Amino acid sequence: MSIIVGEETRLCVSGLTGREGSFHGLRNRDYGTDLVAGVTPNKGGQEVEGVPIFDTIAEAVTERGANTSMIFVPARFAASSIDEAIDAGIETVIAITEGIPVHDMLGTYWKAKEADVRLIGPNCPGALSPGKANVGIIPAQFFERGSIGVVSKSGTLTYQIGNELKQAGLGNSSIVGIGGDPIVGSDFIDILELYENDDETELIVLVGEIGGDAEERAADYIAEHVTKPVVAYIAGFTAPPGKQMGHAGAIISGSSGTAEAKKQAFEAKGVRVGRSPSEAAQIAADTLA
Amino acid sequence: MDLLEYQGKQLFARAGIRVPEGEPASDVEAAVAAAEQIGYPCVIKAQVQIGGRGKAGGIKVAKDASEARTHAEAIIGMDIRGPRGEGPFRVREVWVEQASEIDAEYYASIILDRSEKKSLAILSRMGGMNVEEIAENDPDALVQRHLDPVDGLSLNLARELSVDAGIDEDVVGGVAEILVSLSKAFDELDATLIEVNPLIVTAAREVVALDAKVTIDNSALFRHEDIAGLDDLSDEDPQERMAKERGLTYVKLDGNVGILGNGAGLCMSTLDVVANAGGEPANFLDAGGGSKADAIVDALEVITSDEKVTAVLFNIFGGITRCDEVAKGIIEAYSRVDMDVPLVVRLDGTNSEEGLRLLAEADLDGLEVSGTMLGAAERVVELANV
Repeated sequence: MSIIVGEETRLCVSGLTGREGSFHGLRNRDYGTDLVAGVTPNKGGQEVEGVPIFDTIAEAVTERGANTSMIFVPARFAASSIDEAIDAGIETVIAITEGIPVHDMLGTYWKAKEADVRLIGPNCPGALSPGKANVGIIPAQFFERGSIGVVSKSGTLTYQIGNELKQAGLGNSSIVGIGGDPIVGSDFIDILELYENDDETELIVLVGEIGGDAEERAADYIAEHVTKPVVAYIAGFTAPPGKQMGHAGAIISGSSGTAEAKKQAFEAKGVRVGRSPSEAAQIAADTLA
Repeated sequence: MDLLEYQGKQLFARAGIRVPEGEPASDVEAAVAAAEQIGYPCVIKAQVQIGGRGKAGGIKVAKDASEARTHAEAIIGMDIRGPRGEGPFRVREVWVEQASEIDAEYYASIILDRSEKKSLAILSRMGGMNVEEIAENDPDALVQRHLDPVDGLSLNLARELSVDAGIDEDVVGGVAEILVSLSKAFDELDATLIEVNPLIVTAAREVVALDAKVTIDNSALFRHEDIAGLDDLSDEDPQERMAKERGLTYVKLDGNVGILGNGAGLCMSTLDVVANAGGEPANFLDAGGGSKADAIVDALEVITSDEKVTAVLFNIFGGITRCDEVAKGIIEAYSRVDMDVPLVVRLDGTNSEEGLRLLAEADLDGLEVSGTMLGAAERVVELANV
């Protein structure tokens, strides 16, 4: 198995007729992903390199059996594209678009929750299951098939760690970039749960960043629900203290949010934390040896 | 985007929330003229986007024109640091407003709660400066309620909150109405924070917003042209301004090691690795996911315009970014920028072999290549501290 994307993925790409959308969508197809449709309003009937374009995601579902949607449309329209995918009966929505207004995502987040649709992102690099499928912008050449599940807030940092794992002779069951926006569809906890239940995954690498409390909550979740070993890396120990306007943020988040607080939260629950991406990869390699 | 107090208050007034009458002023004469027009006593308030202005001496009451002049002279041009040492923020503008007779001080805010993915309304009968202490020592004095993502805050719920918070009975209705207006404004303005501290009850038992802290979601500014166009006089650091003009994500720090990475996570990680190697980062600069040659030239110009920088590290892991493009950018930058500090380059990932070959061919003065992120960090720290 693997998670989020795999051999069963039938992908439709909203924005496949755009420059970025076609570049990455076709790259995903070249990797072996089953790209069944593109969606662009008013361009139904056209083709992009042999991929049929439909006006709506609903048509991509009924005509081509799409079950996974990648959102590559401009930020101001992206939330309604996600809503469209949810209404069309898509199972997994992967939103790459950066800069979607937070208030747009508030409504869309709850819509996806209520419809029980798995939403990854927005502002994320997507998901890759090496040897099976790639949906998004993750450069697949740095990852081999293997037993380490990676979940990360950051794109380039994930590539860095994947490459170090590869050099250590290790591969991945899946790599999932959840994105670093204030409101994301899936948090660390959602992905940890999938890895815990995934046969192919033996160890989980979690890559976090300063801000929010998703890492702290992940630490609590790991202690209670995850039996597989987890190695963490946190970026941002030397980041400047964000200037704080009011007090409300501190009231709801307390001391959490700093890299040090996140590291301590993980270590208190027995999760080892690498001081650099290399050290995190090394700890993972040692644990599996 | 963080708004200044008076900009927030002007938005409040439009949303039907009562605020004291006032005028902004950017020099002493204008401040005195505003005070004369408003009458005395009036309050001269420093306009910077940070809390703790009162404690820093940035808020003063004037009883007459001569006091207004004295205070305006002291406040305009002063540097204010935030409670956690943020800043300094230079005061470029003051807000001159009618002094209020205060019977009670409350606290009200609407904030985006990332964890719960909902907006959160917070109300307390104990307003004033030390709300964080109250949160720690007397959490029951802060009443919090998550809002329905569709329905928002109803007047009934707002009344309930006000009663639970122990708001004086005669103003429960007034406070509830303001909460509803704040919640509406929060949604309509695409705010991620609206805080009123204090929300006062005047001697005449009117509920008035005496302060305004408003943060607008940058991603939504395209639908708020009036707000996007507001002056941001406090953003004055020369490198940060230069970076903004060129569309780069740059944060100035105090050290001497200039840093460029691609992607926010890798860039933050690079700062950490440099600090672990004993160095002090001069900046955070994320060249973005698909860095092209021009962006590299811009970035190098911004980094080296900071006179404190004694060595620069480029840490690139090419995913979408192609290392040969980065190498071309570096070579181009050397022909356009007067590089008088050493540059350590680590290129890995997509097309790194081609990139490294181009750099070797160009044989640039003061440029060194390192094979790993850790090795590059150690080397740049050595060079920076010579």
